[in-house]
Amino acid sequence: MTDKRIDEATNTETMGHEWDGIEELNTPLPRWWLYTFYACIAFAVGYAVVYPSVPLIHEGTHGSFGWTSRGEYAAEKKAEAAQRAPMLAALAKTPIEDLPKNPDLTRQAVAGGRAAFKVNCVQCHGAGAAGSVGYPNLNDDDWLWGGSLTDIQQTLTHGIRYPGDDQTRTSLMPSFGHDKILTPAQVQDAASFVRSLSGLEPKGAAAQRGAEIFATNCVACHGPDAKGGRQFGAPNLTDRIWLYGGSREQVVGSITNAHAGVMPAWGQRLDPVTIKMLAAYVHSLGGGEAFAAPTPVAK
Amino acid sequence: MVSLNPQGQPTRKQRPLPSALKPKPQSGLYEKKQPVFPRKIDGRFRRLKWGVMAVCLAIYYLTPWLRWNRGPYAPDQAVLIDLAHRRFYMFSIEIWPQEFYFVAGLLIMAGIGLFLVTSAVGRAWCGYACPQTVWTDLFQHIDRWFDGDRNAQIRLANAPWTAGKLARRLSKWSLYLLVNVATGGAWIFYFADAPTLAHQVFTGTAPAIAYSTIAVLAGTTLWLGGFMREQVCVYMCPWPRIQSAMLDEKSLIVTYKDWRGEPRGKSSGGDCVDCNLCAAVCPTGIDIRDGAQIGCITCALCIDACDGVMAKTGRPRGLIDYATLEDSEKERAGAPPTSHAKLIWHARTLIYLGLWSAIGCALLFALGTREHLAISVAKDRNPPFMLMSDGAIRNAYLVKWRNMEDRPRPMRLTLDGIPGARMWSEEMGKAQATRQLTRTIPADQTEPLRIYVIAPAGTAQQPLGFTLTATDAQGGTVRYDTRFDAPEGGQ
Repeated sequence: MTDKRIDEATNTETMGHEWDGIEELNTPLPRWWLYTFYACIAFAVGYAVVYPSVPLIHEGTHGSFGWTSRGEYAAEKKAEAAQRAPMLAALAKTPIEDLPKNPDLTRQAVAGGRAAFKVNCVQCHGAGAAGSVGYPNLNDDDWLWGGSLTDIQQTLTHGIRYPGDDQTRTSLMPSFGHDKILTPAQVQDAASFVRSLSGLEPKGAAAQRGAEIFATNCVACHGPDAKGGRQFGAPNLTDRIWLYGGSREQVVGSITNAHAGVMPAWGQRLDPVTIKMLAAYVHSLGGGEAFAAPTPVAK
Repeated sequence: MVSLNPQGQPTRKQRPLPSALKPKPQSGLYEKKQPVFPRKIDGRFRRLKWGVMAVCLAIYYLTPWLRWNRGPYAPDQAVLIDLAHRRFYMFSIEIWPQEFYFVAGLLIMAGIGLFLVTSAVGRAWCGYACPQTVWTDLFQHIDRWFDGDRNAQIRLANAPWTAGKLARRLSKWSLYLLVNVATGGAWIFYFADAPTLAHQVFTGTAPAIAYSTIAVLAGTTLWLGGFMREQVCVYMCPWPRIQSAMLDEKSLIVTYKDWRGEPRGKSSGGDCVDCNLCAAVCPTGIDIRDGAQIGCITCALCIDACDGVMAKTGRPRGLIDYATLEDSEKERAGAPPTSHAKLIWHARTLIYLGLWSAIGCALLFALGTREHLAISVAKDRNPPFMLMSDGAIRNAYLVKWRNMEDRPRPMRLTLDGIPGARMWSEEMGKAQATRQLTRTIPADQTEPLRIYVIAPAGTAQQPLGFTLTATDAQGGTVRYDTRFDAPEGGQ
């Protein structure tokens, strides 16, 4: 079994075992192959010494250079921040109304804003900024408080009805039903009128009665033509966009209980440059309003 | 199928080596490389090998220097792999990344081409055109130039290390180094404008990647071509393994006609005079008289050697010759040898040729019919549509206008479908919404443009198309079909 012998045909030593008469030749490896193999072992040992590799009880070996993937990540982050610094500096210097004069900077601001939006805003406004019931859609052409860059920046910085910010945008719709300013029947009539404004139901007798109720109670904020007003963030009631829904039930609910959405004053959490970038991003979503023309304010 | 000796070594053991080269007693764990000192030979195959080598090296070194006028907007290099700008230029052809199937097709053709060559003329690729063969041959000529022919080389290899031997070796290795650097140096010119890069390389201003590429390729050339040589063919290269499975009794291989040669020896009656010249000239160090084996790259230098000896001894040439096993058997039985030209054409060769040409024709057809402009449209999915205050519905698309010509082209984007719909781009106002946008796309550029499409209230979800038309003399139209989303029931 273990008797090595020389195979006559090939003049090669055998491995000393055989199966059914077949013997294995001890064909030598080429020397270069063996040396390559040894070199690989040496490399592996060197690698284990240089890099963190051996797991111990609480932590692993540190490697001779102290390299860590976290350290590398931190260095990359630092390099990235250094690369972005000039852009951020330029953005800090540029008043937001001058942004459109610099398309390059705007593009970068929009990209930065997109990232900041994903972190801070999607929770309420959704990943595509399309909002949902009670949370405004930022893509459309309807703005409660104004859709120019400066308006958006102001909203972002100070929030809406946000306690603790004395410049926050604020307004309060009375709870007409809940506080018994209007009777339930009057609320129904007012709802009929409001729905008829955007063609959701015909202008019947109820709507006629509702028009009178509207003239007494609602024009102060929503305006005589019901087109809303931006100084109060009062929604335009004649268009097809409903922040809290346009079904009869939803409109009646809005008049009865009133809604007062709150948005945080992001100026307390984010730096002015990030807010500028967010404003540029929101403005770029397709509904942004012109910078130059002053925003017409409905009385 | 021809069974090749998979080890390639026993044959070497059987071959009488000069006593100084006899393997020393060894541990059994490893084997020292047995150097090969091929002898100089002349003959028709040697001259063919010279020719192929000259052509291969000329193609390799000169191709990047061919100029091709592409005007001011594209590089003037005939063959250029522009990785930075993701373009591949080949004479009048310009390949974009999305047209990579052309490159894939060429690679498939190269693969089938190898099968075709193997089926027709055996391992001719290995013997003549393989870069490993070409450079090994080059280095073996350098050896002969410095150290003399086979016997002188063996003497020198076994001589003790004197100052003279060291000087010879150092000067030889310097020439090796020159060849290596030239090899690596030529490669980089395929990836950048050759004259500019050459100037940069010599003035030390080329990018680091250029120098490191030269260094890596010089190193591998030195290692594989200068020192590993036939070991690459025997141990490293997978191709001989695949080839040995592809060879059959109809494949042309280098064959020793043992029925004619044996018994060997001057006075033994066989044609083989046992001069060992066939083994001495072999660049991979095998003895073809042991039969087909993996170390044989069919370079046919042994045929040259044997034909010379046959001429001297007054016997017909072809004791060692290109032959198929099938024909070999016929010849053994007394039939005259079939001409090589005839042997090349058999069923497998024709099938490979058909496949190869079919792919080639398909590529040519695709090349001839491709449009030089392209459009791609990505629809916004979040949100899929947007209700505007007046009830109109807006969808957003990212439209990419692509000009694949090396000059700026005026193009027109047209909206197809939804009669009342209009579009505007992020650069315009909604007030200028229209059904046709025009832009001039710079040479060789893809321009993304965000497009808003607005349709009147009540529009239902339906197909929508964008058509891109080049409005210059060359023209061309491409269309992209997408969709317009709307709320269910119109609201």
